[in-house]
Amino acid sequence: MATIEIAGVAVERDPEGFLVHTGQWTPEIAAEIAGESGISELTPRHWRAVEFMRERYLTTGTAPSIRSLGKESGVPIKELYQLFPKGPAKLAAKIGGIPKPRGCI
Amino acid sequence: MAHEIVILGGGTGGTMMANRLRRRYDPGEATITVVDKDDRHVYQPGLLFVPFRLADVGEIVRPRHRQLHGGVEFRQADVDRVVLDEDRVHLADGTVLPYDVLIVATGVTLQPEETEGLTGPGWRERMFTFYDVPGAEQLARALDGFNGGRLVVNLVDMPIKCPVAPLEFAFLADSYFTERGIRDRVELSYVTPLDGAFTKPVASDRLGGLLAEKGIDLVTEFAVGAADGEGGRLVSWDERVVPFDLLVTVPLHGGAPYVERSEGLGDELGFVPTDPSTLQSQARPNVFALGDATNVPISKAGSVTHFEGEALTENVVRFLAGQELSASYDGHANCFIETGFGKALLIDFNYETEPLPGRFPTGIGPLPLLKESRLNHLGKLMFQWLYWHALLPGRDIPGISPAMSTSGKERQPEPV
Repeated sequence: MATIEIAGVAVERDPEGFLVHTGQWTPEIAAEIAGESGISELTPRHWRAVEFMRERYLTTGTAPSIRSLGKESGVPIKELYQLFPKGPAKLAAKIGGIPKPRGCI
Repeated sequence: MAHEIVILGGGTGGTMMANRLRRRYDPGEATITVVDKDDRHVYQPGLLFVPFRLADVGEIVRPRHRQLHGGVEFRQADVDRVVLDEDRVHLADGTVLPYDVLIVATGVTLQPEETEGLTGPGWRERMFTFYDVPGAEQLARALDGFNGGRLVVNLVDMPIKCPVAPLEFAFLADSYFTERGIRDRVELSYVTPLDGAFTKPVASDRLGGLLAEKGIDLVTEFAVGAADGEGGRLVSWDERVVPFDLLVTVPLHGGAPYVERSEGLGDELGFVPTDPSTLQSQARPNVFALGDATNVPISKAGSVTHFEGEALTENVVRFLAGQELSASYDGHANCFIETGFGKALLIDFNYETEPLPGRFPTGIGPLPLLKESRLNHLGKLMFQWLYWHALLPGRDIPGISPAMSTSGKERQPEPV
């Protein structure tokens, strides 16, 4: 667990870089985390996915999987991989300040 | 008046629930109806062995109705939809079944058509799944004729039934080709969307180590976007390519088709949102779910269904008596993992505790956890007998309790 300052706020992050307290999230923090992950600018398409993730997490308590994201967010999976290289669900969750989607086992 | 209990699905969960509830209620107190679209109950763990001719389909399939106690009605029909507001199930043949309590136990549906190209040219010719009976049999024939080349074992995405099964397939393939004397001519790869061999860290390390020991290449974070049966290529969403001569894949899973047709019952993948500790659905208080059909965050596996069944029986009885439900299911799961050459691992875990090394069922064993042994393999084989003769009839299995025990498990140091 590490406390670091992002965008002028002291936030706690887990070893993988996810925010520990969803309440500390701000759009500025999102932009910083995106930058660390190689996304130089959050476009409206990025935001659509990130906001869908956040809303879903805040209403249901669980972060959606990539399949649900592709089916429901209005951003197809192919595009999600272009927007968020490697793991879109994981990266969009990190940028959105919510916990890592639990890989259901 | 007698309670009307309707159970959708006559597989592991539905059969066990029907039999357990039948013992709790006299026929005058409750009618119990089980609905399934066919009368073939498959012992699904056996499907893993069929491609290697270590099991025969004849031994793992039995009539569903024969597994149900007297006094349980079996109806063979497709479900059209559940109308939650009316407490009724509409069957495809026009019959309407009213219920006081509904139990959803219809498992999952394989959805190979959801992956681009997978059901196109080459499907069931060089691209197979062993997750259904025809697929397992076709794969047995394909393996007979496979004399060398690239064999890729893959899962398209979670959730899948028995998440260890594709790993077991890879281990058994290594063993099978070794015994045929052609292992040096076969390149084996395990291609997964996860970031390791398995979902939980300690088990993932051990299983990843086993893959390496057996010379099976591990390709991680590979989310299949398309399968090309003619070109023999798996292509990921981020445009990486894995070539194959023979593909053994676990297709995407969704809930039963009627769940989507039933307003308010399922989520976008057709799974039933279910309270993880009471197993009451979020759809309605009188609708419950167990097994692969739910969205609870634990493996889709028969052992989970078995432990859930004990908790759910109690809650159905409490619900019908107007009592408070018991939040007693802890996410307990227990799986043997075949590792080839007559050995197996055992893992035992729940919502809170990941699979750890140690001994099972207690510190004195006899079964080692997360470690290869001949005894675990024999345990896996013996389990088939227990399945038909103890688990389905709804008897408790001696020494194995529905709640996970931490006795015998070695705690790991906290990651820094």
